[in-house]
Amino acid sequence: MSPHRFLALLKARNQEFLRDRTALGWNIIMPVLIVVGFAFAFGSGEQDLYKVGVQGDTADNSRLETFLTTRHIQFIPIESQTDAITKVDRHQLDMLIDVPGNRYWINSSSAKGYILERLLDGSELQKESVSGKEIRYVDWVIPGVLGMNIMFSSLFGVGYVIVRYRKNGVLKRLSATPLTAFEFLLAQIVSRLLMIVAFTTLVYIGTDLLIGFRMYGSYWLLLTVLILGGLSMISVGLLIAARMTSEEAANGLLNLISWPMMLLSGVWFSLEGSHPLVQQLALALPLTHMIDAARAIMIDGAGPAEIWPQLTALTGFSVIFIWIGAKTFRWE
Amino acid sequence: MIIEVKDLTKHYAGLKAVDGISFTIPRGICLGLLGPNGAGKTTTVEMLEGILRPSSGTILYKGAPLGAEFRNEAGIMFQHTALQEHITVREVLKLFQQFYPHTRPLDELIGICALGEFLERDTRKLSGGQRQRLLLAIALINNPEIVFLDEPTTGLDPQSRRNLWEQVRRIKGENKTLVLTTHYMEEAYELCDEILIMDHGKIIARGVPRELLAEHYKNSILTLPADALPAGFKPDPGSSLQPQGDRMEILSKEVNTSIEHLLKHQISLTHLLVRSPTLEDLFLELTGHSLRS
Repeated sequence: MSPHRFLALLKARNQEFLRDRTALGWNIIMPVLIVVGFAFAFGSGEQDLYKVGVQGDTADNSRLETFLTTRHIQFIPIESQTDAITKVDRHQLDMLIDVPGNRYWINSSSAKGYILERLLDGSELQKESVSGKEIRYVDWVIPGVLGMNIMFSSLFGVGYVIVRYRKNGVLKRLSATPLTAFEFLLAQIVSRLLMIVAFTTLVYIGTDLLIGFRMYGSYWLLLTVLILGGLSMISVGLLIAARMTSEEAANGLLNLISWPMMLLSGVWFSLEGSHPLVQQLALALPLTHMIDAARAIMIDGAGPAEIWPQLTALTGFSVIFIWIGAKTFRWE
Repeated sequence: MIIEVKDLTKHYAGLKAVDGISFTIPRGICLGLLGPNGAGKTTTVEMLEGILRPSSGTILYKGAPLGAEFRNEAGIMFQHTALQEHITVREVLKLFQQFYPHTRPLDELIGICALGEFLERDTRKLSGGQRQRLLLAIALINNPEIVFLDEPTTGLDPQSRRNLWEQVRRIKGENKTLVLTTHYMEEAYELCDEILIMDHGKIIARGVPRELLAEHYKNSILTLPADALPAGFKPDPGSSLQPQGDRMEILSKEVNTSIEHLLKHQISLTHLLVRSPTLEDLFLELTGHSLRS
């Protein structure tokens, strides 16, 4: 390992990226536009569907039968009452019904809660109120948008670029010098990671100045999630780039990976209430863990103790994928 | 000997690209590797460069297998090379300079390869000739002992080609060993001390260009327009006739006799051309096809 060779290549890669105006614009302007767009489009923070958490067995419950068959309401089975109350507090659930306890919760500041309460009228449940500040959709979506941006940047910025280098002969030219594959790959990883941290910070500050959003946790912890998440996504790009020689095939594969990852990792909507299989599948995607951890820090003010499973998963993905990617890497 | 090659083969699925060749390269010469497309010359050169792994056989550089020493001391100019985008000529040179423990001063290199006028230009905005000069400069950046040039002038205009030859001659003047592959016989004749002709993965001839020609041709070539000769014309005994497009070539055993023979048959010599055989002729004779086809 020669620091000389590594640093020279790192510098060249950074220059190449920073001087490519289109790529740079794509990486910075797009996420800002998306977030600002959502802030306006979903300004009220409400979604069309009513969400009601239901705790306990509802079978043969004649009092609730009418209510539980109302259309356009999504009924979500609840395990933990404490978590569910927090969700009502944040307007993530519009109502919570505790069937055995004969109680229900609504947020006194929620219009949807009020309407649901009217629908429930006559079922003789006991009312409980919470009054937490609502989480706007934009507060919830911003970690998702930033995570998605990092994912695209890592997959295409590392995966696609290395395949292009291989196809057009840059790799061949480099392989004829004393440069080692390790130095080359490390320069690619570090360059992209630096860029990700830099432009995510920029986008974060920019959107916060424009619309302002919730951040209850530690910035240092958020930075840790950003670095580990970025690394795990870069490692996926590296895995794809290890052997492929066709830009078209690489492009197809990258899309095949990035689109499901975008849809299944909870970027745009919560996977709560979705099929258990989908939820299991989501856990196999690094983006899910990154977004979950970032949301927990920003919205709940979570500390390391709460997000250690995500941090472990991201570290695991990074180590395994980088190891396989480096082992299978070929210049040609 | 700077390079020794023994029983080198390279198989691709169902194809023997290089079929058990052996040769040596003495220090300080310029060796030309010639052959039609698909003859195995690029495969051979890429194995010598350490880019391709041979299927079998050995390649020794200064008596040892290709390793770190070779990579530090070899300079390579590939036929197709893209460079990282959005960086200038000067930045590319500086980048490659960092890869090697010992390098040539940049100013010297800029002088040799005449890069002065476009040092600050983006590498994507170079002309064909400028690009080749930059690639040559990269190949020389570590002040190599052995330089590989893979079809360095393919696609260049005649002026740029001659400029590049001039630069290659300067490198030769520094007593470096050169290995050159080319499609142009004239280029091989101008630059190479020795040539090695390959076809179907094997070496079919090797030697000093002038000696190779003398060995294969004791004669000259007479060319006439095809319609200048009557149907059924036979050249003088010992000479032979072969059609070349709209011309006829007489491989003459003795020029005076052949001309007398033509005069005797009252053939017009208005468009007669007498020339010595070139490497192109030799190549055609050895491989059965023209180098560029």
